[in-house]
Amino acid sequence: MYFESLAALWDMDGHGIYVWLAYLLTMCPIIVMVWLPIKRFRQHWRWIEAESRRSGIDVGGAAGESAR
Amino acid sequence: MWRIIHQFGSPPWVYRFCDKVIPWLMPITIVALLVGSVWGLLFAPTDYKQGDSYRIIYIHVPAAVVALAGYYVMALAGLVSLVWRVKLADTAMRAAAPIGAAYTAIALITGAIWGKPTWGAWWVWDARITSMLILFFLYVGVIALFEAYENKSAAARACAVLTLVGTVNIPIIYKSVDWWYSLHQPASIKFTGESAIDPSMLYPLLLMIGAFYCLFAVTVLLNMRAELAWNHRDASWLKQLVQGT
Repeated sequence: MYFESLAALWDMDGHGIYVWLAYLLTMCPIIVMVWLPIKRFRQHWRWIEAESRRSGIDVGGAAGESAR
Repeated sequence: MWRIIHQFGSPPWVYRFCDKVIPWLMPITIVALLVGSVWGLLFAPTDYKQGDSYRIIYIHVPAAVVALAGYYVMALAGLVSLVWRVKLADTAMRAAAPIGAAYTAIALITGAIWGKPTWGAWWVWDARITSMLILFFLYVGVIALFEAYENKSAAARACAVLTLVGTVNIPIIYKSVDWWYSLHQPASIKFTGESAIDPSMLYPLLLMIGAFYCLFAVTVLLNMRAELAWNHRDASWLKQLVQGT
């Protein structure tokens, strides 16, 4: 490690606040960018599952029958 | 060749492609981001002029580079949508817009944070920074325009035109530091000639640029998969997939 201690790493000669704030503010949108489409996809998937069950349409032939 | 291009116009094929690629691209992205960040934050040496504040480079530059490249991806999708009326190109354009906007926002915010200890100001109306702000508005404009239309085909056409017109801004951003007097430093990484950055600082930066490209790809694919699932909710191929799980 380039820094001698964890305190030095945190402080970075007075620049730590800027560096850590920049990394934190980058991490937040990245998490949202990944999490949102996964959440949306799961919602859509559950909706399609529920709709298929409700309508009782056998769209998959034998495969659909066995799944029910 | 044409068969591959035709496959990219098929929603079931693209959906399955997303489903196959995401599970291995996601771990690669996470590992690359973690290794690149730890390398840049903990092991790269301090800059003799800027001190440790330069470590913001490992997120600022990759975000800016991919924000520009992402715009070309969106413009290419817009062109395909406009010329060949491929619906999947609309989906790709729509999927890329929020990701590009987030990348541009990251580049602007981290740039502002880096500007404070380096220039003594959070923000200056400098050519590079202002043109990046315009890029952010272009991304947001595409999202807003798509939502503003009831008719989604007309929305896609309008967005494609806006996207294509906006490509003018990309070379302006790139060359702004050469064309105008700017506080922003010129490019440190050069494809021709020697880079103005030491290899001990360059390698983690290249890794982070790669990681941000992977993140862009994986998030666009995630968005496209969610969009395809909703747009084709009544399609038999999707219902078969749902019932097969």
